[in-house]
Amino acid sequence: MNAPLIWIFVPFVAGVAALFLRNQRWLSLLGSGLALLLALVAFLIPLDQALSIEGVSFKISSSTQVLGRSFTFLPAEGRLLVVLYGLIAMWLFGAQVAQTADRLVPLGFLISSLLIASIAVEPFLYAAAFIEMVALLAIPMLLPPNQTPGPGLMRFLIYQTLAMPFILFSGWLLAGVEASPGDLGLAVQAAIILGLGFAFLLAIFPLSTWMPMLIEETSPYLIGFLFWVLPTMAVIFGMGFLDRYAWLRTSEQLSLGLQWGGLLMVVSGGLWSAFERHLGRQMAYGVMAEIGFSLLALSLPSDKMVEAAFWLVIPRSLAILVWSLSLTQMGRRVESLKFSAVQGMAYSYPLLAAGVVLAHFSVAGFPLLAAFPIRLALWEGLANRSLGLAFWFLVGVLGLLTGATRTLAVLVRPPQENRWELHEHWDESILIGLGILGLFILGIFPQISRLFLADLPIMFEHLGR
Amino acid sequence: MNLLSWVVTGILLLTAMGLLLVRDWRISLGILGVQYIGVFWLSSLHWPLSMAAVKLVSGWMCVVILGMTSLGLKGGMLSADEFWTQGRLFRVFAASVVVLIVLVSAPRLENIIPGMGLPVVYGGLLLTGLGILHLGIVSQPLRVVLGLLTVLAGFEIMYAALESSILVAAMLSVVDLGLALVGAYLMMASRRESIS
Repeated sequence: MNAPLIWIFVPFVAGVAALFLRNQRWLSLLGSGLALLLALVAFLIPLDQALSIEGVSFKISSSTQVLGRSFTFLPAEGRLLVVLYGLIAMWLFGAQVAQTADRLVPLGFLISSLLIASIAVEPFLYAAAFIEMVALLAIPMLLPPNQTPGPGLMRFLIYQTLAMPFILFSGWLLAGVEASPGDLGLAVQAAIILGLGFAFLLAIFPLSTWMPMLIEETSPYLIGFLFWVLPTMAVIFGMGFLDRYAWLRTSEQLSLGLQWGGLLMVVSGGLWSAFERHLGRQMAYGVMAEIGFSLLALSLPSDKMVEAAFWLVIPRSLAILVWSLSLTQMGRRVESLKFSAVQGMAYSYPLLAAGVVLAHFSVAGFPLLAAFPIRLALWEGLANRSLGLAFWFLVGVLGLLTGATRTLAVLVRPPQENRWELHEHWDESILIGLGILGLFILGIFPQISRLFLADLPIMFEHLGR
Repeated sequence: MNLLSWVVTGILLLTAMGLLLVRDWRISLGILGVQYIGVFWLSSLHWPLSMAAVKLVSGWMCVVILGMTSLGLKGGMLSADEFWTQGRLFRVFAASVVVLIVLVSAPRLENIIPGMGLPVVYGGLLLTGLGILHLGIVSQPLRVVLGLLTVLAGFEIMYAALESSILVAAMLSVVDLGLALVGAYLMMASRRESIS
């Protein structure tokens, strides 16, 4: 038995098999159960160590060969698999409430297996092709067969497809720079092409226009899953570049570029969120800011960068999950997610309203909520470098807080009959209630994340050392 | 051999321009099929013939997928972008600018990556540049996929000179086929709503 077979091939086959099932509840339960099982196996069984259970001895080898190239999981990556499959289980479990299990479970498994393959493939550069395949699989997930594709979806397809050639090509140039480090012109060209590739992949401003457009064209829950999983894996892929190439890791210019790119995303996401009147688009701007926070984490000194980048993963996933699930459920009860249509909804759907508002506040880094500790750490890291950077960070965060406060004000604006009633279904109440509880628990006890994330820096050879 | 490569590069220029200017989907797909013969030829300068043939086969499969879908939607193909005919002169002008940029920049790229060969660099850059231009001025699913396939074809020609891994060849073919399938899905989705 080998690790790629378990964590890549099994979910891939499960995804294909799930395409033939139609029952939302069973799909969701089976999908989340399998994802949880995969997380549990990754948690309990160490790689490359012989184990004996009831006299039967076995070993999960860490690598396998496909078409002359290897797919390898390092022992430290076991914890990453636990986190990823654990979070995927949460998303798949919520899919039955959002009534998207028939699309999220099969395609979610296919997407997850390809993204996990992108971590395991050697040379790591080939991950770009896997990420492109993910973008292609995302299209049928986001677009129901009876709906005209909108401009947001077409832009998503174009931008994600353009990312792959740039990244693959830059990999070749980077190898050239490594061979002749004195060639400054080649280094600049390689860095520009790599930057363009990641700008397309991570939807760096101004290539982020598809995000708010797409959220109006599809289910917020489905796009929420993509908003979580794609940037997270793209950032891990980006860290692979920094780990592999010493000159990139030590480049002051790259650190500056990441800083300004990150701040641009945080400030643009924050400011647009402050002025936006559509709840879905506000989530997209929140995600833009989240990508900015990831870039800022990558701009920190090498020893802190990995820890900071991984610390963002769990709070981000939980916040986007609660946010997108609440929006999906809210969208079913109103004509649109515009402010004018959702006024006073907190009176009839208080839990949905709380989910939207608290997730938004969490992304903004409001105290006691999940993302607060890591936002504080990032802010401190920036302030140590320059007060100007810390100021722009504050501008972005204030924008997000303004957006969240405006949302709160609209949702609690009293309707004609201002009686508080609970109209949510029991299953959505439980899920969103648990999500909100999770946001508070992670905010008050951030050390819980360390249980899963502490070993992750070891998966890189040079970063975090 | 070298002369033939230059002829193929010229054909690639014509096919990429043709995709920009031709309105009829049947002719467009025919042009795409011819384009993949050029991609095959330029890839075979650096890859074994059997590996380069993968590009031809997967490319033609893309053409078949898109063609079958378009045929299935007979009468249901949405009309071309509104400014299609009016914009023809603009397209020729924009394409000329792209060709000029490629003419200037290709020798520089050849200096960075010696051994790639000028026909390969010109062919790759022309397809990539004109494909990106195509993406900038179309919005229909079929046209967008044709643009993306053209960009990727250009990239694949150049990347074949740099990387000879079988896994990469397989993955790029999967991406091409995936794009064609996604294009077919998008075309059908548009059609279904227009019927309903």
